Amino acid sequence: MTVPVLAQIVEVPSNVNHLFDWPEVLPFGINRVVLLMFLATLATFLFLYLPFRQPRMVPSKMGVVVETLVGFVRNGIARDTIGPESTKYEWLLIPMFFWLLFLNLFEITPLIHFPVTSRMAIPAFLAGLVWIIFVFVGLKKHGFGYIKNSVMPPGVPKALLVLVIPIDFLSTFVIRPISLAVRLFANMIAGHIMLAVFFLTTASYFVLEPKLVAFVVPLAFAIVITAFEIFVAVLQAYIFTLLTAVYIESSINVGH
Amino acid sequence: MQADAAALIGAGLAYGLAAIGPGVGIGIVVGNAVQAMVRQPEMAGQVRTTMFLGIAFTEALALFGLLLFFILFGAA
Repeated sequence: MTVPVLAQIVEVPSNVNHLFDWPEVLPFGINRVVLLMFLATLATFLFLYLPFRQPRMVPSKMGVVVETLVGFVRNGIARDTIGPESTKYEWLLIPMFFWLLFLNLFEITPLIHFPVTSRMAIPAFLAGLVWIIFVFVGLKKHGFGYIKNSVMPPGVPKALLVLVIPIDFLSTFVIRPISLAVRLFANMIAGHIMLAVFFLTTASYFVLEPKLVAFVVPLAFAIVITAFEIFVAVLQAYIFTLLTAVYIESSINVGH
Repeated sequence: MQADAAALIGAGLAYGLAAIGPGVGIGIVVGNAVQAMVRQPEMAGQVRTTMFLGIAFTEALALFGLLLFFILFGAA
């Protein structure tokens, strides 16, 4: 009963995966998701570049906002986690934070309403990049001792090493990148589905029984969840950057 | 047909069961972080960072359950 009526106003997905399908709009597989990714890249570049085009003593209003946020990533994430060597990794952490922030915030941006990070390719690519960087940092700093120290924590009895080495190897080199990617991806996908469910419920109540003002209940939930999703979008960008910093730190000070 | 039904039941159970442990875990993490912040307010910033880290690690388990839900749902 509900679905045929609802089908008149919105396209009802046959399957939950349909929410994340987009047709190609340009050749070479460029669909809306890829365009949004380019948009986020451009937004990140302009956000970090425009306020500082001309050097000034007193920054503009926008410059103050950008400086505060960059300062938060530099000091609150990079320096507090990695320590004095953090300046070497700012090129990665600062743009990554803003890029993820823009991609996540597309979830609740009017007229876009699609979290780009809910397509696994983007979190998986970033997690792979982070994996390459932290392994490279560890190998460069400690040579082969990096792998030995990260799978053999000091002070473990010899007999237990049979158990500890495979577990530590899996958790450091396999589970880390997977969980980094899945955390971001699953958070955004869950938020997107939750918003879709509540807004579709609102629409169907509004079409089926407009006199019975039942649609205000899912609408109120949808508004509350939208606010919650802003929080989640910022938090996930923060956590992804923070975990990247933590992994790099664990490569620098391996075995402590 | 019966295999589909089993996959759907499994999908529901996978997420439901996967949410129990992390739910309790995040409660413990945040509760203890609040206690630490109340006892030593000067350490609040550091405790908050560590708390988010702890939440992120704990939450990953529930999210693996959500992923399993999608895999089983797609299999049905």
